[in-house]
Amino acid sequence: MISQMEGSQAVAQSVALCRPDVICAYPISPQTHIVEGLGAMVKGGTLTPCEFLNVESEFAAMSVAIGASAAGARAYTATASQGLLYMVEAIYNASGLGLPIVMTVANRAIGAPINIWNDHSDSMSQRDCGWLQLFAESNQEAVDLHIQAFRLAEELSMPVMVCMDGFILTHAYEQIDIPTQAQVDSFLPPYEPRQVLDPAEPVSIGAMVGPEAFMEVRYIAHAKQTMALDLIPGIAADFARTFGREAGGLVRRYRCDDAETIVVALGSVVGTLEETVDALRAKGEKIGLLSIRSYRPFPLAAVRAALKDAKRVVVLEKSFSVGLGGVVSADVRMALSGLHLRGYTVVAGLGGRPITQAALTRMLAEAVADTLEPLTFLDLNHDIVNRQLAREAATRRSGPIAENLLRDVGGKSPRTETADKTEVTA
Amino acid sequence: MLQVRIHGRGGQGVVTAAEMLSIAAFHQGRHPQAFPSFGSERTGAPVVAFCRMDDRPIRSREPISAPDALIIQDAHLLHQVDVFQGLMPNGYVLINSNRTVHELGIESVAARLPTGRIITVPATDIALKHLGRPLPNAVLLGAFAAQTGFITLDAVIHAIHDKFKGPVADKNAAAATEAHDLLAQTAEPVKETL
Amino acid sequence: MSQDLKFYQTGTFTVGNRLLDPDQRTVQSSLARDNSLTSGHRACQGCGEALGARYAVDAAMRATKGQLIAANATGCLEVFSTPYPETSWKLPWLHSLFGNAAAVGSGIAAALKVKAQKAGLEHSATHVIAQGGDGGTTDIGFACLSGMFERNDDVLYICYDNEGYMNTGVQRSSATPPGARTATTLPLGPQPGEEFGKGKNVPLIAVAHEIPYVATASVADLHDLEAKVTKAMTIHGARYLHVFVPCPLGWGSASSDTIKLARLAHESGIFPLFEAEHGEITSVRKIRHRVPVEDYLRLQKRYAHLFGSHPRPDIVARLQAMADKNIKRFNLLEDAA
Repeated sequence: MISQMEGSQAVAQSVALCRPDVICAYPISPQTHIVEGLGAMVKGGTLTPCEFLNVESEFAAMSVAIGASAAGARAYTATASQGLLYMVEAIYNASGLGLPIVMTVANRAIGAPINIWNDHSDSMSQRDCGWLQLFAESNQEAVDLHIQAFRLAEELSMPVMVCMDGFILTHAYEQIDIPTQAQVDSFLPPYEPRQVLDPAEPVSIGAMVGPEAFMEVRYIAHAKQTMALDLIPGIAADFARTFGREAGGLVRRYRCDDAETIVVALGSVVGTLEETVDALRAKGEKIGLLSIRSYRPFPLAAVRAALKDAKRVVVLEKSFSVGLGGVVSADVRMALSGLHLRGYTVVAGLGGRPITQAALTRMLAEAVADTLEPLTFLDLNHDIVNRQLAREAATRRSGPIAENLLRDVGGKSPRTETADKTEVTA
Repeated sequence: MLQVRIHGRGGQGVVTAAEMLSIAAFHQGRHPQAFPSFGSERTGAPVVAFCRMDDRPIRSREPISAPDALIIQDAHLLHQVDVFQGLMPNGYVLINSNRTVHELGIESVAARLPTGRIITVPATDIALKHLGRPLPNAVLLGAFAAQTGFITLDAVIHAIHDKFKGPVADKNAAAATEAHDLLAQTAEPVKETL
Repeated sequence: MSQDLKFYQTGTFTVGNRLLDPDQRTVQSSLARDNSLTSGHRACQGCGEALGARYAVDAAMRATKGQLIAANATGCLEVFSTPYPETSWKLPWLHSLFGNAAAVGSGIAAALKVKAQKAGLEHSATHVIAQGGDGGTTDIGFACLSGMFERNDDVLYICYDNEGYMNTGVQRSSATPPGARTATTLPLGPQPGEEFGKGKNVPLIAVAHEIPYVATASVADLHDLEAKVTKAMTIHGARYLHVFVPCPLGWGSASSDTIKLARLAHESGIFPLFEAEHGEITSVRKIRHRVPVEDYLRLQKRYAHLFGSHPRPDIVARLQAMADKNIKRFNLLEDAA
């Protein structure tokens, strides 16, 4: 049924339709509404049988999911930002053990400075852990990806993260088509574990593995992700057949035919970029957009195929590898090995900085003219950066950086100007 | 596409107002998108929420910087936050206040807009009368329907019943209707196209 | 405990099953015992933890008719029991991480509960234990342990307490007693070994959670240990068993003295044996032949600095005072009557 609803509530309903056995919840913005929604369904008796555990930390949330999954349950949790980092040890453990847990990551920046707003630093920090990572462009896709994620996870016996932009998607009200239970049941079979803790057939899981086999165990995780490159498009196609709409897959091309410039991005910014691309196309610019929907496994071949005929590639990403530059860009470059394309990395939207069509249009004009810096920070306030660097050059005890920058920003705000004037006249 | 920005304070139901506005527009067959200004604001802090509506799905996710309409839930914000920032030259402003535009000291803003585009409505008073609580959000949506024609009163009442249940919904609907009718008597009915 | 006879041997440490009716004999004395932690593992000679784990898990296996799953923290027990590709565990067993055994246990219990509900049962026929050493329990796993307690998850957590991080080379944990030498509390300076005033009493912290059942046990008292495990397995909800397990390697004791040391720890009052239900102490194991703490200390090289060329009778006296305090607090002496 189509209705106007919040992204988080929609995801909660979608997860519930997947009949999870165990849900572990620890609150962290902007993921909280999802587990609140699920908690209400369990407590209210509409999602049953299901165990909903209010745990004491994200580390415990993932650990409970590990125990539940190993005991044969379909396990789900959700987190973001600091929470994701707090559970990192257990995240690696879940993938190392091959447990098909599904987790929503409501993407949010990582502190310090503490910041609750959206970027992709959190899930990108876990790109090497063995979990599959799917990115949602919209709330409808977030709903649809969760249903696909359980099937994908369980077919591979590997855990899957569904990444959706915190606040921008989780807190947005928009039209969402929630599938029926019958549709989901026909698409997602009951969980049949590859390994299970069962007194009738005792196994030991989690033994120490030395140099004689460790590499092979890790390689199998890679082999499974490689298999997922075939499985993901297949599941997306099956999804389209069952639900009558497109979602998921490895990548999505938008107006890429004949494009000389292609922007690569993931997540909700793809929508804003589509509007920008349309506007530039209307002006005669040969520009297109490639949305990466499966970040792990990274679809090297699909990305290469989509980009190889372009003249230049602009990777716009909400993540940043300090000391290097782009995170996604490095992967895109690997996909383009041997090809001679002009490549630009644009770091944008860190800590919730709005990514506007105006800024994208300006930046893309520079890219098309090949005057863009190879590593560009969209809408970076160079003024306050330079002021802080000058401060540090001038004095040893220059103080905490974030607080200095905030003071500099505040000094320019209309509110402070008003306050200053009041002081003068008073 | 029509873009609405709502200003208020934490606890006044600003985010809920944007959500209800989107539900009302959805009820009228439109493709709305509502979202908050993503803050960790506590009760009393200035809060902003947004609502877009269009006849086709909305793809853009950026905050609204050039609104077609503003709803100001707390008139004290007029002199604390630049609430009018980016307002379109033919935009609408609806302010919750029992004072006039002149008394609020914002004639200069009114002068930049077509006549009658800034309206005040005593939404808190109406809310207190019907709900016994100073929650002006639904009331303002009723007035907003009369002022702008972006949405109908019917759709607002539908949205109120979608968000609230039982007597709370009924009282909010009655309050919204009173505000709507109050403005419908004075304001020129407008038919806005998307 | 159902037997009326009181065992007290001096020369031998074998508990006198021969004096009991067959149905009151220990699980360990039975040929039908499960040997859940079977032979061939890589524990050191005289390992108290290996002994304690086999005692406890075999008793739990008998109590649950073999319907048991174990979650295990990283540590000696995990490492010595599962050298890849071998395992000593004859029950379904999962090792996840060092600090999350209690939470993994909670997850298993949740899964079993849902499975039982799907089958129309109130409780699962399968039971869950989670286990770890003192480091994995009182330090790094403490948050997960407390969380499992306060949610009253249906898990028996067993801590095998050898009073330090033995797996990593004998470092200090929050269960290391004052005066003890470890690699990170060397016998140097004015307060040699672990300093007084540190550490925590996790059994009493468990009692403070007011969970259905808390008990301390010792590898020196097999009947008592098995009875406590058996009782714990009849109860649903969060349960905690803290087993005192000497470590010859970490304590610098003879591997043949493991049981003796455990017995002296109880008889000196340094490690009280008690049971608590829902926040109230319900029983204590009385001391019948009280011994001075020094008898216990002298068998261990980790306390050698207290008795060497620069003896520290003041520290020994403070340790004796700790034992005296336990005796008074838990009323550990047999009634005079």
